Amino acid sequence: MNKFIPFAIFCAISSALYVGLSLNPSNIPSELINDPVPEFALSEVGSDIASFSSETIATEEDVIIMNFFASWCAPCYVEHPFLMELKNRGYKIYGVAYKDRARNITRFLEEQGNPYDHVGADENGRVGIEFGVYGMPETYIIKNGIIKYKHIGPILEMQFEDEFIPILESARR
Amino acid sequence: MRIIATVICFFAMSSAALAVGVDEGRLADPAQEARAQGLMKQLRCLVCQNESIVDSNAALAKDLRMIVRERITLGESDEQVLDFMTSRYGDWVLLKPPFEGATIVLWFSPLILLLIGFYVIYHNLKRQKIVATAEPLSADEQTRLKKLLADGDDR
Repeated sequence: MNKFIPFAIFCAISSALYVGLSLNPSNIPSELINDPVPEFALSEVGSDIASFSSETIATEEDVIIMNFFASWCAPCYVEHPFLMELKNRGYKIYGVAYKDRARNITRFLEEQGNPYDHVGADENGRVGIEFGVYGMPETYIIKNGIIKYKHIGPILEMQFEDEFIPILESARR
Repeated sequence: MRIIATVICFFAMSSAALAVGVDEGRLADPAQEARAQGLMKQLRCLVCQNESIVDSNAALAKDLRMIVRERITLGESDEQVLDFMTSRYGDWVLLKPPFEGATIVLWFSPLILLLIGFYVIYHNLKRQKIVATAEPLSADEQTRLKKLLADGDDR
């Protein structure tokens, strides 16, 4: 019997380490899930016109997608076709151009297509910090002003139908 | 020569300890800046993950350093500044995890492992003692032992 105790401890430690190793260290869980969106107000890219804010988001009836992106961010180009697809399927997408110049954003959207209903300019990255953004791109699913889900990194093809769309649909209900 | 090597080693090892967030927007009040630096050392850079925001060159780390300074200028306490960070980035942003329900295992596991180690050592020592205090030989066995030893001498 006593012989099995060290073996059991070994099994417990190795399975804990196995689980630990299989986690993705860059996926830091968001603190803001099921919390109201942090207060912010953005102006439309290249102008002083108000774009969208925490208040206008809270008045939206349907689920909305809030996507932080930048023209300098390579993974954003990978993700872009899927944002276009989301637009085609009728989802409302708000873009936040993170630390980017108006000229570059405009060119990016002309070249790649514009899936966004609004594009707010977060020139100094402060809105990003309010949301706990730490890399580009990041995508939030928001319903009635409450953050339902945070997707870190680009939305990849293999995640799109199997992960992202089901989460989006369940947030809609 | 050895002295030079020692000095080089000394500087190489101490550079991390002496590191300060070198930014343009440092606070004019040295006491406030020192407080800000102390807080920055406790905050993890989310991009590089194993560095504090003081040590990191990442743009986000720089932004977070400036936020720490801003909050201190606004007159917030150390706790309020750390709360601001954890409410956005979670406990993960703290290099030293807080002492609470979910992290109790994390804090006590080294102690538990140490105690298990002591128990194993104690257990093994006790078993050795039992072997050492084996029963003395009976009279029969004594004579047999003497005979066997004597036989050995003959060879």
